[in-house]
Amino acid sequence: MLSPVILIPVLLNGLMTGAVYALIALGLTLIYGVLHIINFAHGAMLTAAMFACYFAFKTLGIDPYLSLFVLAPVFFALGYVLQRFVIGPASHGEDRNMLLVTLGLAVVIENALLVNFRGDTRTIDVPYAFATINLGFTFLAVPRLVGFVAVFVVAIALWLIMSLTDTGRAIRAVAKEKLGAQLQGIDVPHIYAVTFGLGTACVAIAACLLMPSYYVNPGAGNAFVLVAFTIVVLGGMGSVPGALIGGLTIGVVESLCSLFLGDSLGQVGIFLIFIAVLLVRPQGLFGAKA
Amino acid sequence: MSDTFSLSRRRFIASTALGAAAAATGTIAMPAVLRAQGAPIKIGVLQPVTGPLSYSGTQGQLGAMLAIEEINAAGGIKSLGGAKFDAVVGDAQSTPAGGTAEVEKMNAAGVSCIVGGYASGICLATTQAAARYDLPYVVDVGVADNIVTRGLKNTFRFGPGFGVIANAALENLVTINNNAGKPAKTVMIVHEDSLFGAGLAKLLNEKLPTQGFQVLETISHPTPTRDFNTIVLKIKAQNPDLVIPANYYNEYVLLARTMQQQQVKPKGIYSVLGGAASSYKFVKEFPEAAKGIMDCNHWFNPLSDKAQALKKTVEAKGQFFTYEVYLNYACIGLVADALERAGSADRAKVTEALASSTWANHIMPYGPTKFVNGQNEGAAPCNTQVQGNDIKVILPAKFADAKPMFPVT
Repeated sequence: MLSPVILIPVLLNGLMTGAVYALIALGLTLIYGVLHIINFAHGAMLTAAMFACYFAFKTLGIDPYLSLFVLAPVFFALGYVLQRFVIGPASHGEDRNMLLVTLGLAVVIENALLVNFRGDTRTIDVPYAFATINLGFTFLAVPRLVGFVAVFVVAIALWLIMSLTDTGRAIRAVAKEKLGAQLQGIDVPHIYAVTFGLGTACVAIAACLLMPSYYVNPGAGNAFVLVAFTIVVLGGMGSVPGALIGGLTIGVVESLCSLFLGDSLGQVGIFLIFIAVLLVRPQGLFGAKA
Repeated sequence: MSDTFSLSRRRFIASTALGAAAAATGTIAMPAVLRAQGAPIKIGVLQPVTGPLSYSGTQGQLGAMLAIEEINAAGGIKSLGGAKFDAVVGDAQSTPAGGTAEVEKMNAAGVSCIVGGYASGICLATTQAAARYDLPYVVDVGVADNIVTRGLKNTFRFGPGFGVIANAALENLVTINNNAGKPAKTVMIVHEDSLFGAGLAKLLNEKLPTQGFQVLETISHPTPTRDFNTIVLKIKAQNPDLVIPANYYNEYVLLARTMQQQQVKPKGIYSVLGGAASSYKFVKEFPEAAKGIMDCNHWFNPLSDKAQALKKTVEAKGQFFTYEVYLNYACIGLVADALERAGSADRAKVTEALASSTWANHIMPYGPTKFVNGQNEGAAPCNTQVQGNDIKVILPAKFADAKPMFPVT
């Protein structure tokens, strides 16, 4: 089992799977970093985006990689509206209320999807679904490679937004010191909503990257979000580079554990790392000390 | 109909679907009368229509409702003065507890019999709950052997149990391999890690070596599994002649797709109760990945005109003709036959009539029913293979509409 013939492909596979995990975690960590809430609706949002991507392909014939450019802004707007007009007002200024509202949203979204689309599993069959690049010792699936590259593009774009734009500065200001930011004239509810929108847009992009090789049913998103929660804690809650490195780490760990321990036990590896981080470095790999 | 209206929304929808028939026969006037001639017969249709099993649940419900509509349209139960079925629809919510709660409601609603349950875990709980009220219960799918070995007098299973299926699968595998000149010697098993997959893997590990096969590795995985690349790489490294998957639909599809992607082509993929192997949906959506896959599973009798007609009806509704549909359709027919012979909707009489059933006019490849301790002894699985974008029965020979293609590559 230790032969490089299998080890290297497994490592590569772990990195590519981890990239998508990272993107989902990126959205989650961004929302946590600013709003200080765990968005429980993240998985449901991912599922909703996967359905959107599915129907864009099935009814309009739009390729998932193209619908990405439509769905990202649409889901940004959706996230913005949800936070500004539903989650924000419903929380009455209490963070823990927001948490419960997102939990409620998750239930509503999932069941709305179930009522409309039944529990049926759906897949799309794009022409490049089975396209591979032959590296000699292994085949790299094209959709996964595209996903891997796209995640880095998104992460860099997000980093640029955060560090170069006024909105980005305002987001960081609100994340650091909400009251101070408010005193500087920053519209906090607006920044909250923008952040939530960005987090939701990440999920929409992740959905478009997943659909060519994955399936969707009303519970599909949840399989990814539990892992994303782990990554957020591992990388440091609210840390963008933490989410990226954490995602890749988890991907590789999962892949290696699955190779050496079997898939059933492979999940154990993820949570062992999770517990170890909580014990040794509770603020996460890249988290600032509280 | 006042008692009907006081019940749940689902129940209401179900009864309105049966429309005028129920109103015409006049339950309004005589709720207290003990089943007058021609009064509707309440029958419980219990399926997990929400939660992780919701797809299977809705398919099962579809099959049951189609059978009920058909029986009602054909004049209902003749021996009861043309009494129509009145479906009491329940949602087991994909959990045993959800199923038990529905049994309580159905009992309170006064059903004569319950059909369904789908998953073994749900069936184990619901049959037991129904037994407390001596309420006859027909299990539609639930293959766990102990569903019918607990001595519950009310419990009947029309389809085959796990032991029968696993043995048939092994026997048929040996037959197919021997007929092809024994090309397959090595095997890898990929199974999901719950009772179904793990139990099967254990059985295969015990029995395959005695039949001359060498099991190279047994890989278990959870449900859901997000990624099958590592598993497929392992398969690739060991290059077995045969891959035996035992998992549910989503994982099965991901596995087959990943194998296609990594260009892993064993001499055959042979599954037992494979989640997708004998699914028209899978074959339609991924004809390349599905090509040549063999499965030992529930299957309708392809030579039956009734079955083919039902298949057309289901497909005309835009749904796939899955095993949940035809098994539930058949189970309702079984109950109708029992009621016809019992001449009464009384639970004890229905139970008695079910136990002595010799029903032959059905769409399954089972022959006349014969219940021993609640298990239909004639029930057996079929071996299917994906051939030319269709699913063909290759064994048993009596029902086969194609010959096995093995090895595939």
